Amino acid sequence: MIAYLIRRILYAIPILIGVNLLTFALFFVVNTPDDMARMQLGIKRVTQEAIDKWKQQRGYDKPLLVNSAAAGTHKLTDTIFWQKSASMFVFDFGYSDDGRSIGREIAKRMGPSLAIALPTFLIGLLVYVSFALLMTLFRATALDMAGVALCVLLMSVSGLFYIIGGQFVVSKLWHLVPISGYAGGTDSFKFVVLPILIGIMGGVGSSSRWYRTIFLEEIGKDYVRTARAKGLSELRVLFTHVLKNAMIPILTGVVVVIPLLFMGSLLTESFFGIPGLGSYTIDAINSQDFSVVRAMVFLGSVLYIVGLILTDISYTMVDPRVRLS
Amino acid sequence: MLLILLLVPLAACDGGLWNNPYPASDEGKSILYTAFTERPKHLDPAQAYSENEYEFLAHIYSPPLQYHYLKRPYQLVPLAADALPTVTYLDSNRQPLPDKAEPERIAYSVYEIHIRPGMRYQPHPAFIPANHLLKPGSAATLGDFAQTGTREVTAADYAYQIKRLVHPQLHTPIAGVMSEYIVGLKDYAAALQAAAKAHPDEFLDLNQYPLPGVEAVDVSTYRITIHGKYPQFAYWLAMPFFSPMPQEAERFYALPGMKERNLTLDWWPVGSGPYYLSQNDPNRRMVLTKNPYYDSENYPSEGEAGDAAAGLLADAGKPLPLVDSIVFSLEKETIPYWNKFLQGFYDASGISSDSFDQAVSVGVSGEATVSEAMRAQGIVLNTSVSTSTMYTGFNMLDPVTGGNSERARKLRRAIAIAMDFEEFVSIFANGRGISAQSPIPPGIFGHRDGCEGINRYVYDCVRDLPVRKPIAEAKRLLAEAGYPGGVDAKTRQPLVIHFDTTSTGMGNKSRLDWLRKQFEKIGVQLDVRSTDYNRFQDKIRRGDTQMYFFGWNADYPDPENFFFLLHGPQGKVKFSGENASNYSEPEFDRLFEQMKNMDNSPARQAIIDRMLEILRRDSPWLWGYHPKNYVLQHGWLHNIKPNIMANNRLKYWRVDAAQRDRLRREWNQPVLWPLWAGSGLLLLFGVWMWRVLRKREEAR
Repeated sequence: MIAYLIRRILYAIPILIGVNLLTFALFFVVNTPDDMARMQLGIKRVTQEAIDKWKQQRGYDKPLLVNSAAAGTHKLTDTIFWQKSASMFVFDFGYSDDGRSIGREIAKRMGPSLAIALPTFLIGLLVYVSFALLMTLFRATALDMAGVALCVLLMSVSGLFYIIGGQFVVSKLWHLVPISGYAGGTDSFKFVVLPILIGIMGGVGSSSRWYRTIFLEEIGKDYVRTARAKGLSELRVLFTHVLKNAMIPILTGVVVVIPLLFMGSLLTESFFGIPGLGSYTIDAINSQDFSVVRAMVFLGSVLYIVGLILTDISYTMVDPRVRLS
Repeated sequence: MLLILLLVPLAACDGGLWNNPYPASDEGKSILYTAFTERPKHLDPAQAYSENEYEFLAHIYSPPLQYHYLKRPYQLVPLAADALPTVTYLDSNRQPLPDKAEPERIAYSVYEIHIRPGMRYQPHPAFIPANHLLKPGSAATLGDFAQTGTREVTAADYAYQIKRLVHPQLHTPIAGVMSEYIVGLKDYAAALQAAAKAHPDEFLDLNQYPLPGVEAVDVSTYRITIHGKYPQFAYWLAMPFFSPMPQEAERFYALPGMKERNLTLDWWPVGSGPYYLSQNDPNRRMVLTKNPYYDSENYPSEGEAGDAAAGLLADAGKPLPLVDSIVFSLEKETIPYWNKFLQGFYDASGISSDSFDQAVSVGVSGEATVSEAMRAQGIVLNTSVSTSTMYTGFNMLDPVTGGNSERARKLRRAIAIAMDFEEFVSIFANGRGISAQSPIPPGIFGHRDGCEGINRYVYDCVRDLPVRKPIAEAKRLLAEAGYPGGVDAKTRQPLVIHFDTTSTGMGNKSRLDWLRKQFEKIGVQLDVRSTDYNRFQDKIRRGDTQMYFFGWNADYPDPENFFFLLHGPQGKVKFSGENASNYSEPEFDRLFEQMKNMDNSPARQAIIDRMLEILRRDSPWLWGYHPKNYVLQHGWLHNIKPNIMANNRLKYWRVDAAQRDRLRREWNQPVLWPLWAGSGLLLLFGVWMWRVLRKREEAR
């Protein structure tokens, strides 16, 4: 397995270079360094001299990919692409265009994002699997039908509706939690409880229906019939046999998102005033801050690759037949 | 999930309201709660220029002058200065001239400013020499420094900040303008640039280089010498650009390891104003706390007629600021902001379009008052016309819409009549704006009310009010311009006007449809070219547009700050200036040069009247509208008077914390029955399910 992991990590390097190159190309097709300078310097009283000064200080006065005026390796290294990308491979994200350390900003914002995303993920998984098992337990009954109908209904509603509706009912009408805001430590509980609830609610429809389908597929298999024939109760069949065997498709979708939980959620964080990473990339795109954009895309890619590797490892844990080699 | 909600009371065990976003320990304290919607980019007074940055900086720094909080029209009064600057005019031989000297004889103006003695900076570690000797990285935040200090503000600090305006590593938006005026600043900038290049890794000591136009005469007096006569210079002295800056603050933040920890002057200001930034988390909350050393200012004891009756002089003579701290919370979305205001967790709020009908009732005569529901909560509405203008410009270089020919003027005037901005304001701004008669908004010298202030090319004056000319008049002008019925009389092709805008997406579709309809009224086709911000700016720079939409916020309350947007030498294409319409009219330019150096007087008004007549005749802009600000405040907030020019107004506000606490408790009692009902239902469902399952098992 170690050899497999090393191979996967080595595969990641060209992928990350490719992602970096693509991000760079897409960004600079739309924006020029002059545009970026203007965006940072504002609309009023911006002179070309100020723009040139801004570019020079941040290294945007260099050629994009190839510096034909330089000699030797400097042709490639004395460029915006190299200067802005090379350091990221040692996780040195540098500074945003407004002069703030990106690494520190990410570290600072990661906590609040996780405070929402992790409980939403864990409790959500528990709720979705339980609800799906419940529907499977009562399959082909009115309760199952009602459950599926409820899932379809919940899937059909926009996430924004849950947020605004949740804030209106729980915070505005019932005064149970603050409408928005955040505090550190244990004080954060009353601020995160509603976003977590809404996050879970928003995922119930699609996830529970998907898990129900997986469970129903398993429940028709021979080993389940054998278990029942041995006299096991339906609950035991479901929880000890069906659930375990249905884990592979569930893990495929679940483990891969675990690392991405760090990245936060744009809508939830924006409406609930959570100072997380959710809006960091979008804000950077809006303000044409390339330094932040490429750092966040790079981080997202790394986390996604980590997620895929973790998924592979998790297969070996739930299915002894799977061997990584 | 319900269980999670049931745990909420645990979070409220501090004795506060369950939905209170602030700690219960804040109750009863003199704290002002407000919000910001966008994180500030810069907090360095040399770099900041946006309104959302000034919201903080204007309370942290003390420039020499400020705007009187209560008096109108806006007037400058001393802030850190002990009196308004004395201005001495000199001829080219540096000999004094009388105050009434002709502007063309004045080669230099010398502003002498005396600052109040005894002013001190906020507590800060930069003032403790030992803190400059700590090992790099020994402090992760400013709070890690055990010792803080202060010192007296000196005239040299003001001089130092002026030098910072051209610091090679800073981007001062007004560096260009100031270099034109402050004697020697351009050469000084070049000297600094060369020094920074020669020693890139060294701290650049600005005091090592001479700047002849700025001189600290003694500990409390400094002089600024500018080229020519420029009365508007005094307005710049009311902006944070001209605040004092202690050099030790710059040295402190230049220490190794500071920038890596986001400890910079651009992020942690060091000021001598009424507040200092005690918490700086722009992703969540920023807190201004009263500067314990600020004791140099009292609440004004004079105002306008009616201010005393309105209770605005009740705190006259009291030391400022009146609240101990100001908590700014980040609210990116309007809905949570609005709902928290209604719950009493914000003391004041603007009104978004979504909430307008809920908040405001508009009477038959058009006056706005708060709705019944708001009045029942004791909420009060304040309105004011902002010193800004939202306009639609023509590119005067364009062969169809531009130029100074009578044909082009008539075409532009026809469009001006057709474009019904009263309707626009009514539909898209909930009536929060007044249609503009010229670039100059109300409250700025040169603006005239009544019939004499009406643009007669577009409006008729009926009972002292502007009434838009009928569309038939627009059609007549269009025909005279050579486009009868919107068709080019020569080519027989329909007239198509291209309109460039950054408005894209569904949200703006209704606005763009409305625009097309305005042009359809006179048979002209409008081609809307929606584009992103970068391309739009490119088009404006190249003059590759026919019509565009723009806005301008006044830097200072002087007509020069609006007229310069149409001054020929400010043309965007030729000179990269601020005149995006590339309008150039010799008489207007000549009058501008004459007007800009004059003090406000009947003679200046006469010149302005003539300039406005030229502009209205040529119509390089559709004058658009001046937005109106609507601000709601709770009854516990006092001393609120809209002041568009003053950014440091929060220091005058007073909060009745006891009343606020009482009303918050009244409005926010938790409603618990849904929790109990939900728990009961869940329990019943569980029991029922258990029984069904047991029956099933028994049946097998």
